[in-house]
Amino acid sequence: METVRTQDVSVNDLPWKIEYLPERCTMCGSCVATCTFNAIEAGMERRSITVSTAEGPEPTQRHLATPVIKQKNSVANHCVGCGMCEKICPNKAIKPVRNPDGRENLLARSTGKPIKRGGRNNLQQERTFDKIVIGRISQMTDPSLDSERHTFDILAPFGRVLPPNELPFSTQNGELHLNGQIPPVRWIYPIIFSDMSIGALSTRAWEAIAMATAYLNEKHHLPVRMCSGEGGMPVKLMESEYLQYMIIQIASGHFGWNRIIKAMPKMKVDPAGILIKIGQGAKPGDGGLLPAAKVAEHVQAIRGVPKADLLSPPNHQGLYSIEESVQKMHMSLNAAFKFRVPVAIKCAASATSVSVYNNLLRDPYRICGGFFLDGIQGGTGAANEISLDHTGHPVVSKVRECYQAAVKQGRQGQIPLWAGGGIGLTGDAAADAMKMICLGANGVFIGKILIQLCGCIGNEHGRCNSCSTGLCPTGICTQDPRLVKRLDIDKAAQNIVSYILALDSEMRKMMAPIGNSSLPVGRSDALVTTDRAIADKLAIQYTC
Amino acid sequence: MCRIGAIKSKVAFHPSQALYLMLPQQEGHDNSGFAMVMQDLYGVFAGYKDKPLMSLACTQKGAKLVEDYMESHNFVPVNEWNPKVNRSPGLDIKAMPHYIFRNYDYPRSYKDATQEEKEALLLDTRLAIRAMLEKDELGYIFSFWPDVLTLKEIGDPRDIATYFGLWDDKGDMMAKNVIVQCRQNTNYDIVRYAAHPFFIQGYTLCANGENTFYTKNKEYQKSLNKGYIGFESDSQNFIYTLHYVLHELKWPIQYYKHVITPLPFEEIEKRPDKAELMAIRQSLGHLEINGPNTIIAMLPDNNIMTCCDSKKLRPVIVGRDENTVAIASEVCALNTVLPNRDQEKDLYPNEREVVVITEDLEVQRWKQ
Ligand code: SF4
Ligand code: SF4
Repeated sequence: METVRTQDVSVNDLPWKIEYLPERCTMCGSCVATCTFNAIEAGMERRSITVSTAEGPEPTQRHLATPVIKQKNSVANHCVGCGMCEKICPNKAIKPVRNPDGRENLLARSTGKPIKRGGRNNLQQERTFDKIVIGRISQMTDPSLDSERHTFDILAPFGRVLPPNELPFSTQNGELHLNGQIPPVRWIYPIIFSDMSIGALSTRAWEAIAMATAYLNEKHHLPVRMCSGEGGMPVKLMESEYLQYMIIQIASGHFGWNRIIKAMPKMKVDPAGILIKIGQGAKPGDGGLLPAAKVAEHVQAIRGVPKADLLSPPNHQGLYSIEESVQKMHMSLNAAFKFRVPVAIKCAASATSVSVYNNLLRDPYRICGGFFLDGIQGGTGAANEISLDHTGHPVVSKVRECYQAAVKQGRQGQIPLWAGGGIGLTGDAAADAMKMICLGANGVFIGKILIQLCGCIGNEHGRCNSCSTGLCPTGICTQDPRLVKRLDIDKAAQNIVSYILALDSEMRKMMAPIGNSSLPVGRSDALVTTDRAIADKLAIQYTC
Repeated sequence: MCRIGAIKSKVAFHPSQALYLMLPQQEGHDNSGFAMVMQDLYGVFAGYKDKPLMSLACTQKGAKLVEDYMESHNFVPVNEWNPKVNRSPGLDIKAMPHYIFRNYDYPRSYKDATQEEKEALLLDTRLAIRAMLEKDELGYIFSFWPDVLTLKEIGDPRDIATYFGLWDDKGDMMAKNVIVQCRQNTNYDIVRYAAHPFFIQGYTLCANGENTFYTKNKEYQKSLNKGYIGFESDSQNFIYTLHYVLHELKWPIQYYKHVITPLPFEEIEKRPDKAELMAIRQSLGHLEINGPNTIIAMLPDNNIMTCCDSKKLRPVIVGRDENTVAIASEVCALNTVLPNRDQEKDLYPNEREVVVITEDLEVQRWKQ
């Protein structure tokens, strides 16, 4: 008898198992060809079968070698549950099934290196949002509005807002006149398509989001803005009118800025804004990582780099304090566009966020045009799993605390608060956005849900999350041209447009019952929660 | 709905006019209180127009405390009117033991003080007395300002009027302007400070409806001025914003409407003054109101202003005859105090209009 080796890996050690029905399989090979992870292969199996061909039962036993599809028992080639094999199989002969007994976490560090993956925090934390509802319903003396009939002002500021007594007004003939310049403020839709770079995403996927942005603006007059992500943008786009819908990001690697600066003289319009990324909610402190596998030729061209692992350091070299960041980066970026373009800053939500925000609010230059707070449930293209699951900070209470800190200073609204990280995690981005707004955010930014709308099948339950591999089965975050071909970018853009149109109606549906036609920023009295601790922490009404 | 009203006349009139204006409008909870602010006073106050007048309802102990406070702060009492009250049983009024209406002279050290310094002193004094009386519920100070008198009480307005002898038209207390309302705050606790009209530094305001941005407004106003306190009623937000825009920022009055009910972004975009309107909307976003409301306000120059919410969910009507203009929530009110007016000339301001009645009773009306 052959000895079993304890350390041998079996399929049952892996996170997903293939459920294969040989009687349905015609061995067309489509699944094997489709699986980008090389998790399945064709093979032969010896079978012993009993057959009876006579009129009466005359069972005989036969042995035969039969071709089958088999899952590889290899950690490096484990099935990620993407379901592409199931999608392609004409006979419904194969599908992945989650394996509750998997030991992946113990086996995958066998190279001596941390586990890398993409996606979100996978430790199913409870969501605060799901315990909050909009519970202050207008009735009687204060009637609800009609979401179909009334007009709603659903816009949020991006840019530094001056306190009223600092507005350079003079009065002439009983009228106020603005003398001199005030910081630029753009009123945009309260949902920003958040920063996913070309590189993290395939150019086509990035284009799909850019197309959706342009379409929403031009066709539906929804001033949605998209943030480029670190790493620059196609020159053609920078030289086009569409630049006005884009927020350009600068992060610690400063990737792509060479080309941005070169394109400046040829820009026909100003970009919507600049976002300085100090940190991100997913894997904060880990910096950015673009594995060499994803640094294709066009990515090298846009970023001006060779093919290699591209690391954005976890912090901006040379910035040792908030004041410095304000002085150096804000100043120079403001100056770069002659103070016409608002410059905002994005940080990971953290136990220290309030101090950062307080400092920004007190900045005497009045040039920080937005504070983007990104929470632990944000998504990412590539990170160490340990960082994704065990570092970061929930964003809801942090946004609330920042708002309350501003209230204490009497400066609420002066540096718009934008919140992200898990917005739309359950699919209802409008509800998450509205609750965030009631707690004090001016708007929210969304990322992961956009690529999910494009077709990404990854989720927070360990499905796929292979964005770091360059093997994205949906062609969204890979630079492999064969995989990118899988993505129909028109359809992807259309899905995003349709979703945002639905979301816009849903926003009205939530404003109408509380009787508000403009965004209820900071209207915490509109929220109630069934959780006592949440009520206390967020200073909203407890209800049961 | 809470009814509100105002009368402005070229001829001084008695407070009974305010009751005639309000009583026909009463419905539901509307008979739960009486509150009015009179300005440009005649009768016993006629000779003291520049002497700050304190309107106070208090206990014996409270009265003593106030006297001591004023004395120690060098205010000199120069005139006093103590209404002769009718204590007959059965009147529906939760009366306080004392009602004091007393004019003071400024402390001697304020002889050469600027208007601004005097205004600050009067506010500080009112706030200090309010804090002092609040501790043991010793009383209420409603206003302390030259030529302004406030009376607020809980109960049936008819009985309150009987109690203070307001039906008698004796000529002792008269004015050319009044803002009035006949209901206690029924949404929250019944406290006298929660009843409008509210007053701060020469500004008086009455508002009905619900302010759905109460929390937003309050959180912002709290840090704007030490006088923005209380918030017992969501209507206080309106007066603090009025005071802030006109008195603190010193902006012309039409911008008040742009602050509380800003034009939609789309409309601002089409305006020649869009830079100014955008700047206002973004800098004062937290003072926007977004519910159903009507506002009637009286300004330091005796002008009276009215406007509504941006969806006109609360109505208001303005009517006039030769000598008098009246503003009320309902037309029946005008029919009582101005029976012979030309009804064709009645104004129903729309959701974008502001109406101002000037000293010579000119009715100015402009669109936001
Ligand atoms: S589910 Fe995806 S990873 Fe798993 S075998 Fe099928 S195609 Fe390959
Ligand atoms: S489908 Fe692509 S983008 Fe989505 S989780 Fe998988 S690898 Fe990442």
